[in-house]
Amino acid sequence: MAVDPNKLKVILVTDCGSTTTKAILIEYQNGEYRQTTRGEAPTTVEKPFEDVTKGVLNSVREVEELSGRKILNGDDIITPADGLTGVDIYMSTSSAGGGLQMMVAGVVKSMTGESAARAALGAGAIVMDVLASNDGRLPHQRIERIRHLRPDMILLSGGIDGGTITHVAEMAELIAAADPKPRFGTSYRLPVIYAGNKDAREIITKTLEAKTALLIKDNLRPVLERENLTPARDAIHDVFMEHVMAHAPGYKKLMAMAHEVPIMPTPGAVGLMIQSLAKAEHIAAVGVDIGGATTDVFSVFFDKGTGNDVFNRTVSANLGMSYSISNVLAEAGIANIMRWVPFEMDEAEVRNRIRNKMIRPTTIPQTQEELQIEQAISREALRLAFVQHKSMAVGLKGVQQERTISDAFEQTGSGETLINMMDLKILIGSGGVLSHAPRRVQSALMMIDAFQPEGITTMAVDSIFMAPHLGVLSTVHAKAANEVFLKDCLVRLGSCICPTGHGKEGQPCLTVRFAKADGTKVEENIKAGEMKHLALEENVKAMVVPAKGFDIGAGKGKEMEVALEGGTVGLIIDGRGRPLIIPEDKKERIRKLSEWNQALGVYPK
Amino acid sequence: MAHAYTPGLKVTEKTLIKKDRRLPLKGQVIVKKGDQVGSDQIVAKTELPGNVQPVNVSGLLGLLAEDVPSHMLKKIGDPVAKDETIAESKGFFGLFKSSCKAPVTGTLESVSSITGQVILREPPMPVQIKAYIDGQVTEVSQAEGATVEAYGSFIQGIFGVGGETNGDIKVVAADPSQELTIEMLTPDCKGKVVIGGSLIKFGALKKAAEVGAKAVVVGGIDDADLKKLMGYDIGVAITGHEEVGLTLVVTEGFGQMSMAGKTFKLLKSKEGLKASVNGATQIRAGVMRPEVIIPLSSQDLGGEAVKEAGGMEIGSAIRVIRQPYFGKIGKVSALPHELQKLESESHARVLEVTFEDGAKAVVPRANVELIED
Repeated sequence: MAVDPNKLKVILVTDCGSTTTKAILIEYQNGEYRQTTRGEAPTTVEKPFEDVTKGVLNSVREVEELSGRKILNGDDIITPADGLTGVDIYMSTSSAGGGLQMMVAGVVKSMTGESAARAALGAGAIVMDVLASNDGRLPHQRIERIRHLRPDMILLSGGIDGGTITHVAEMAELIAAADPKPRFGTSYRLPVIYAGNKDAREIITKTLEAKTALLIKDNLRPVLERENLTPARDAIHDVFMEHVMAHAPGYKKLMAMAHEVPIMPTPGAVGLMIQSLAKAEHIAAVGVDIGGATTDVFSVFFDKGTGNDVFNRTVSANLGMSYSISNVLAEAGIANIMRWVPFEMDEAEVRNRIRNKMIRPTTIPQTQEELQIEQAISREALRLAFVQHKSMAVGLKGVQQERTISDAFEQTGSGETLINMMDLKILIGSGGVLSHAPRRVQSALMMIDAFQPEGITTMAVDSIFMAPHLGVLSTVHAKAANEVFLKDCLVRLGSCICPTGHGKEGQPCLTVRFAKADGTKVEENIKAGEMKHLALEENVKAMVVPAKGFDIGAGKGKEMEVALEGGTVGLIIDGRGRPLIIPEDKKERIRKLSEWNQALGVYPK
Repeated sequence: MAHAYTPGLKVTEKTLIKKDRRLPLKGQVIVKKGDQVGSDQIVAKTELPGNVQPVNVSGLLGLLAEDVPSHMLKKIGDPVAKDETIAESKGFFGLFKSSCKAPVTGTLESVSSITGQVILREPPMPVQIKAYIDGQVTEVSQAEGATVEAYGSFIQGIFGVGGETNGDIKVVAADPSQELTIEMLTPDCKGKVVIGGSLIKFGALKKAAEVGAKAVVVGGIDDADLKKLMGYDIGVAITGHEEVGLTLVVTEGFGQMSMAGKTFKLLKSKEGLKASVNGATQIRAGVMRPEVIIPLSSQDLGGEAVKEAGGMEIGSAIRVIRQPYFGKIGKVSALPHELQKLESESHARVLEVTFEDGAKAVVPRANVELIED
């Protein structure tokens, strides 16, 4: 049943997270959609409740109390809205129960394997492993891996339409031989989605039909030059609903409550919201959500190869600030963490503190020292997650590219990352360490240090993690979702100007000139190696003049008129150059870090 | 949220301990409801399907994949022995035949005419589940497992490595603040659950494994020593399957940390008794902490009621679990309602604690744990 967006004036959305269920009420008032009330309650998927709807109803009851609107009639949601009773629609997202864990398989790892992984990630899954004919493992090792991991479902692709069927048939045989059991219960068969060479469908069916719940979909890489991920992604959502969610406690009831719009995996919904924003504003965007266990990165960039905006999502399943904090240490190394700590500290002590946070994940920094260590670790978690994202968000590999003479000067191979930091226009952060940093400028600097934006970039944080709710809403009412996202969900931090290039410390780097609405003229000169902060709440047009050797997007030393967005932090001018180099000498490093922190007012004196 | 503090680790002299002993797949439960079982007794067993071994017959015999089925000497379902010939090429007039041998013993599971692969499955692998604690079987789930119950002392640690084991308790540290050193690990620690004080270093851990100690229980360990023991940096706290020669239970945290007085006293009072120990730790979804269980024989059971942990209130005994007062023990002396600004400039719900020496401090509620009775 299609939902008529024009009839939606009172909207109720919940997100069932692994620890809390959050409900929001969105209402159409005075010609615009606004989020009016929020409620939350502990999630009730695990013992002793084992029924997700209990937490949902509790969070909705809080919304009822705070808004004065009667929404529930017993355990039923009243629809449609009539005066102060009922809502027009109810929908939900969920990541409870560990989210959606998938394994994907393709023929060539960097081609169909990667496309399959992109399809799964984009649908909101955690990809546990990518199997491919050329992944360097022996067949029995692959079988062992499938048996060991127990995914919620497998996405099998491989071969372009009309291409070879042998390899994909072999992958299917391995899956059949592994006879995989799903993670939850032994009562149902593991769902396998096949989205590969259409000529192999018959063989795949023969091989897998008896042992798995097989679903055949359009090839996700029908020709080398094109990915067709939507059918596979939709199938993942359907299977998530029908098989995985249906077996989680209370989800049948939840599905009946939210019957008009399918329940969506939380990260899938966040991805939709970022896409919706990028599309509405025609900009390249990066969003990051850093949690306790995982870090998700979302991006929308223009692919010159295909001429389309491309959405990508990656999950760094073991990079996070509490449960996975030790893994940040393991992957980044202690030296990389220490380079962000602006004071002397024994490395062994830092290592012990990281471990103690892992085993007591709910504790919070009480002192400045603790806070600064935690923010140092977060920079590395964010940096590593972004490195992973860049390697995944790439153009299609294996594609012969046509070049014109004008391309000769910017030769790019196929499969190069789509992430161009100079093109990036908005960087959105969410997750405890970014959303709840005591000073907003701390969030801004963590993102600048970790992502190293170039040129002019607007920064924002999702203060109350409403992106999942708005993502699922965007499937039926994109305008309402965008309005609420911009007005109630995002806290605009302001802009940063980050020229690329390097200069000797103290030499000129950049000049910025602009006039405020009240007529005040501002001119700032930044030296290389320096950072500056200007309070700026309004949006202004500015002239930015980089010094010789520096570039803000128009070319080295070329000035540019730019739009600067103001915000709670204002304007940050980063004269440290790109790529960012942190001094290796400990004393010098601490001196520079302290200088930058002081210039920006990051920590109290 | 109302419960913005960590529910403390359990350190209880007498409590009812229930252990679910489940098979990974359906199988056979050997014990009956009411049976008395010992920790090493098998309560259930099953067989996991054997590993599979693909054999590229078309490649080995130089055949087209579609011709593989007609060259097989064995049918699907047939048993095969290691090195037994399973397929043969026809050769010229019976000459120059090449053959393909089974790399493992098992059964022939499938033959593919698309890929030319033949899949052999090795014999099933037996899996046995032991009782783990001395106790009584109180529940049997058909074909799935059983529940073993016992009254006993129960001590949760904060972090551990290594799986289930058991042995008699031997306390080697004189007090909870003493480091467990190499010299304390004498040959008579063999087969024992060795109790130390505030710290154990890598050398002593190695020595403990060498003398054959079953488990070590200490207050703290340095991260660098844990890394040496494991051979790698632990990424995510999901442990229990390590094979490091013994089971390690850390009761307080990383760094040198005196074992909580109550824990040490309780363990000391059980010296010589048999303990079941498990280092398995899982901090995500469905928290699992390492544990020491000392089942008590029925005559030891007094009339003491087993208290359930209540909420936090004024007078509750707590331990601070993060800097700057990490490890200090005290009593809650005030529970202000409003959020307060911390030195880190975050706003959080706090409590005032009066430490054992009378000093007072304000700490976030998230940074303390209840010391449970």
